[in-house]
Amino acid sequence: MTVRTPARTAVTGRTSAPRKAGRFWTARRRDHLVGYLFVAPQLIGSVIFVLVPLGMVVWYSLNEWNVLAGTFDFVGADNYRRLAEDPKLPSVLTASALFSAGLVAVNLTLALLLAVLLNQRLRGTAVFRTLFFSPVVVSLVAWTIVWGFLLQKNGGINGLLSVVGVTGPNWLRTGGGAMFSVIMVQVFKNVGLNMVLFLAALQDVPASVYEAARIDGAGAWRRFRSITVPLISPTLLLTSIITVVGSLQVFAQIAVLTQGGPGTSTTVLVYYLYQQAFQFHQFGYGSALAVLLFAIVLVLTLLQWRLRRRWVFHEA
Amino acid sequence: MRRKTVLYGLLCVLCVPFVFPTWWMVTSSLKPVGQIFASPPSLFPSGIDAGAYRQVFTLQPFARQYVNSLYIAAVVTIGTMAVSSLAGYAFARIRFRGANALFFVILVGLLIPSEVTIVPLFQMFHRWGLINTHWPLILVPIFGAPSVLATFIMRQFFLVLPKELEEAAQVDGLGRLATFWRIALPLARPALGAVAIFTFLQSWNLYLEPIVYLSSPERFTLPQALTQYVDAYGGPMWNVQLAAASLTAVPVIIVFVIAQRQFIEGLAHTGLK
Repeated sequence: MTVRTPARTAVTGRTSAPRKAGRFWTARRRDHLVGYLFVAPQLIGSVIFVLVPLGMVVWYSLNEWNVLAGTFDFVGADNYRRLAEDPKLPSVLTASALFSAGLVAVNLTLALLLAVLLNQRLRGTAVFRTLFFSPVVVSLVAWTIVWGFLLQKNGGINGLLSVVGVTGPNWLRTGGGAMFSVIMVQVFKNVGLNMVLFLAALQDVPASVYEAARIDGAGAWRRFRSITVPLISPTLLLTSIITVVGSLQVFAQIAVLTQGGPGTSTTVLVYYLYQQAFQFHQFGYGSALAVLLFAIVLVLTLLQWRLRRRWVFHEA
Repeated sequence: MRRKTVLYGLLCVLCVPFVFPTWWMVTSSLKPVGQIFASPPSLFPSGIDAGAYRQVFTLQPFARQYVNSLYIAAVVTIGTMAVSSLAGYAFARIRFRGANALFFVILVGLLIPSEVTIVPLFQMFHRWGLINTHWPLILVPIFGAPSVLATFIMRQFFLVLPKELEEAAQVDGLGRLATFWRIALPLARPALGAVAIFTFLQSWNLYLEPIVYLSSPERFTLPQALTQYVDAYGGPMWNVQLAAASLTAVPVIIVFVIAQRQFIEGLAHTGLK
């Protein structure tokens, strides 16, 4: 056994480190080996379950795959040509864009509002924090089923509305109503998460900065805009990236609430991909849709990352 | 004083869409079938009818499905904690050759929604004969893209954790593995807690993967099972669905309310900030 020395000393003063187990296994080399062993499970997993499938999905998208006939033929860019000509695709992309834009706007605004409210010196904010956060721990499909029940034509929402004399629409059977419902169900489910992240960021803003601004005569809105927003901008950036990417992955809510309908008004990209690949067994075309989804996520993330220089006040 | 009243009023109104659905789910599941769409809606059931709860268990192997979801989530959580803390620690603490390049390779997973790779993954598991088993729901989250965020969080945590304690331990003759296990890991409890919570919730909520991979009811997970309570015409049996949803949601809510402080603060004060 070698006497173990800390990695640092081993790097600089290698010759002084006593060795008995042969020259090759220096403390530094052993440390390297431990490093590789520690990252091996995640690395091998990433190769098998992320990188290889990513390559495969690109390859599949260049082939026509008939599961029933058992044929797999190279067709080049045919699936992408089909993508460009698919009459449904514009409405699918519109639905995705509407959903993502609506979700991100409402989610971040509400999360910030709730966080600011909870950051006031009030008794009982912990109770409200718990209540706002509680849907995060409710199973997604359970939450969606309850809302599906509430949003029926004769369900709880319209029941409440009728008490105040309003006749509610058939939420899930009208285009705009369905999209609005799907967005709001998702917002209420997960806004607590962003709220908590914002709250933690708000609590790190030093009170002295606010005091100074107040003495200088800055009003509440001015303080919010010129102090709060810049100081929590790293958190804003991170939550907006997570929320945008998450919004593109919405599936369960669509599948349970609307099945993409009425018409194709709530058929977002992931739901369309699922239909093509696993309901119509169009694996080649489904893969082309997956490549499109990946490209969109990639571009949006890079764009936000780029913008951080302009927006983000300091890097956390 | 007036400001306080306004604030409380606002908070109470904002609470409604967060709290009412859960209340409505539980009370409606206890109402007789004829009453659940009664107008005007009644906030309290007039009498308690547990019939829906009996049907939950007779129509499907619901207890089995509950166990499936629980054990899959537990295995995924423990596995992810192990994989991500090892990798996160190595990337933060050990300067081995190529560490940055390897970290970059792993980070690619953050950019890939699991929906992008579902078709090839389905084909892979098909070739391995693992369709209609729980393996895809366990292996992919632990080793694939979903655990990358966990690794990232663990790395960020170890980067800001002072390393004096670990260095002292190594001077005292503790090896890397022992330093990791006996010194670093206990210090990382808050980050591990956050990783455990969101990994569990992610696995618990999984929906696309189970409906793609699983086909026999006794293998189903809860989210998938909930949507299977339909009548002969494919319409949802509302009272049974709501009863099953209550059984799914209420235990987790109770655990959450008891542990909410650690829960929320754990999530807020990690590398995610």
